[in-house]
Amino acid sequence: MTKTVIVSCGTAIATSTVAAKAIEEACKAEGIKVNTKQCKAAEIPVYLEQGADLIVTTSQLRFDPGIPVVKGLAFLTGIGTEAIVKEIIDILKD
Amino acid sequence: MEIRDFLSEEAVILGLEASTSEEVIRVLGGKLKEQGYVKEDFVDAALEREANMPTGLPLGGEYNAAIPHVDIEYVNRSALGLATLKEDVIFYNMVENDVEVPCRLVIMLALDQPKSQIEMLQSVAAVLQDPDVIGKLVNAKTTGEVYNILS
Repeated sequence: MTKTVIVSCGTAIATSTVAAKAIEEACKAEGIKVNTKQCKAAEIPVYLEQGADLIVTTSQLRFDPGIPVVKGLAFLTGIGTEAIVKEIIDILKD
Repeated sequence: MEIRDFLSEEAVILGLEASTSEEVIRVLGGKLKEQGYVKEDFVDAALEREANMPTGLPLGGEYNAAIPHVDIEYVNRSALGLATLKEDVIFYNMVENDVEVPCRLVIMLALDQPKSQIEMLQSVAAVLQDPDVIGKLVNAKTTGEVYNILS
């Protein structure tokens, strides 16, 4: 079953692009079928309505979306990447 | 590395003396505007974005970096600006907006089509993840050195 991950950042450009690619590669390595949807933080509700399993964000979320949220800063800084990849995989494997 | 292909020579400023993140954004944005890469309202948009959704990144080493950028509608042609600062300037943390991040390196991203520039974005991320490269950039004295470090 394909999982959907919303990848969001402030302006839906730079940081979510890097994070989305990293998430796709990590999922591929684990044999998880994933659909990433990049958007701005403000657009999350729209994508939530379409159904999603996880949000990975590189900006601060100011509301509770009701699904798991992982902070994706590590995909940019390289600090703690293994930990968030594990967190993401664990959530998607559920 | 793709970074050097997009780096605007005129928008490389070393040892910039600035006391606020606004100053840094104005100077770098101004250079990119002079060269025609970005539109008239790019700088204002970048300042507003930084105020609402900061771009400071704690890198866990000696120096931190910020990556100011805005929506593609303000950009004419993709380019990067790079500034090393004489002294740390406070930016705020990207995922925890109240947390201060003193930055010594600022890479301004003006992207007109981010999804097709994934390699350039990944090479920016690679720079951010290499404390060695960051150290060399912060200490670079000439633009030529910067290009060498990034190749």
